[in-house]
Amino acid sequence: MITVNQLEKNFGDLQVLKGVNQHIKKGEKVVLIGPSGSGKTTLLRCLNLLEEPTGGTIFFQGEDITAPQCDINKIRMKMGMVFQQFNLFPHLSILGNITLAPVKLGLKTPEEAEKDAYELLKRVGLQDKALNYPRQLSGGQQQRIAIVRALAMNPEVMLFDEPTSALDPEMVGEVLDVMKQLAAEGMTMVVVTHEMGFAREVADRVVFMDEGVVVEEGSPEQVFGNPQQARTQDFLKKVLK
Amino acid sequence: MEQIMLWFEQLKDQFLVWFEQLKMEFVLNFVTQNRWKLLLNGLGNTLVMTIFALVIGVLIGVTVAVLRSTWETNHTKMKSGVGKFFFSLANRICILYTTIIRGTPVVVQLLILYYIVFATSKNGIAVATFAFGLNSGAYVSEIVRGGILSIEKGQMEAGRSLGLNYVQTMWYIIAPQVFKNILPTLCNEFISLLKETSVAGYVAVADLTFAGNRIRGVTYSPFMPLIAVALIYLVLVTLLTWLVGKLERRLRQSDNR
Repeated sequence: MITVNQLEKNFGDLQVLKGVNQHIKKGEKVVLIGPSGSGKTTLLRCLNLLEEPTGGTIFFQGEDITAPQCDINKIRMKMGMVFQQFNLFPHLSILGNITLAPVKLGLKTPEEAEKDAYELLKRVGLQDKALNYPRQLSGGQQQRIAIVRALAMNPEVMLFDEPTSALDPEMVGEVLDVMKQLAAEGMTMVVVTHEMGFAREVADRVVFMDEGVVVEEGSPEQVFGNPQQARTQDFLKKVLK
Repeated sequence: MEQIMLWFEQLKDQFLVWFEQLKMEFVLNFVTQNRWKLLLNGLGNTLVMTIFALVIGVLIGVTVAVLRSTWETNHTKMKSGVGKFFFSLANRICILYTTIIRGTPVVVQLLILYYIVFATSKNGIAVATFAFGLNSGAYVSEIVRGGILSIEKGQMEAGRSLGLNYVQTMWYIIAPQVFKNILPTLCNEFISLLKETSVAGYVAVADLTFAGNRIRGVTYSPFMPLIAVALIYLVLVTLLTWLVGKLERRLRQSDNR
């Protein structure tokens, strides 16, 4: 579904990605882990061109999205994204947040969008919050709404950028539960996270990155149980103590 | 006791005399020769200039602000070419415009426009309105630009990640938040604008201030006409503040916890 070839990204003189190759299959759940500054978030943000790559190519469903003639807005409609800071629209109600893009982009009529929104809200247990505003909700609730907002576009793949890092510890579980449910339904997911428990439980493949390259990848059993690289071992020792 | 009564009578007489004088002054300044019509006419001109200058100012201000903030946030990512060159040029022109307008007094700008740029035009009100609009645009642009840049980067990213394009995200997501945030500052600018039109007399436009001053010149009695002018401005500003306050409260709906 997504193929990344020799992806490079520079911020000024700093090279954050130094030639990353990845192939993500339909329905696959890929979890990116690694120390901060390793380039995992940059890699994720390159997948929907929120960061424009300096070099290399990215193919999505056979289309080169790094090509100049590619309509990135069309591509992004099929790629949902969830941010660390939720980024809900504070001036719109929850319902407004969820229905804005599908309606304005002509995917759904306002009535359809509203009906779908209520259905999605029900799935995450927040149907009674539809008319509230983002500021009235807890962090965990906001992040679940952010997931629903992305899902309302019926995306082919969901990108998660450290979705639980800004949450109070007691709210991490509710967000991870929604993500697990989504994974169980067969959604293709790419997740940057520090939640090793989630990675172990949900990932089909764990990718460990450091200093802009993929150091090691494999099934959670391989990467967590029997890491081959010294850097992976070192990192896991620090986070799994 | 009698003393007090006498004193009281005197006071009463004094008051009546003073009141009579006031009445005469009032008649002299406002009723004789229908002088109140001068004020009303002046008020009309002041309002017309303010409203149209406001529209011009907002149009210029928003355009300049969107252009400059778009350039500021995106120019490093733009591919070089003709498009980028013209964008860069437009950005420089906008900066020059705000520098010149904010660096010179509004009266000087008004005089230059009236006596040099539009020297052939005898339509003082139109030139003055344009001058005030041009002046206000520079201040509005800085207010709006600050408002746009104060919105978190994540809002634009969230909009774009859903497939909305730059303009759609600006319009549906950034603009409503900017508008709410800058409303008090913008209101301040409108109040300034309303009062700044009082210099229109420099180019012989009979605005409210000009009318009051003219009455004073004819009647040689400054108190009534000048205080009346001041009171009218005060009422206008108070009304404007109240209206904006109402709008602000409506927009603050989403802030309720």
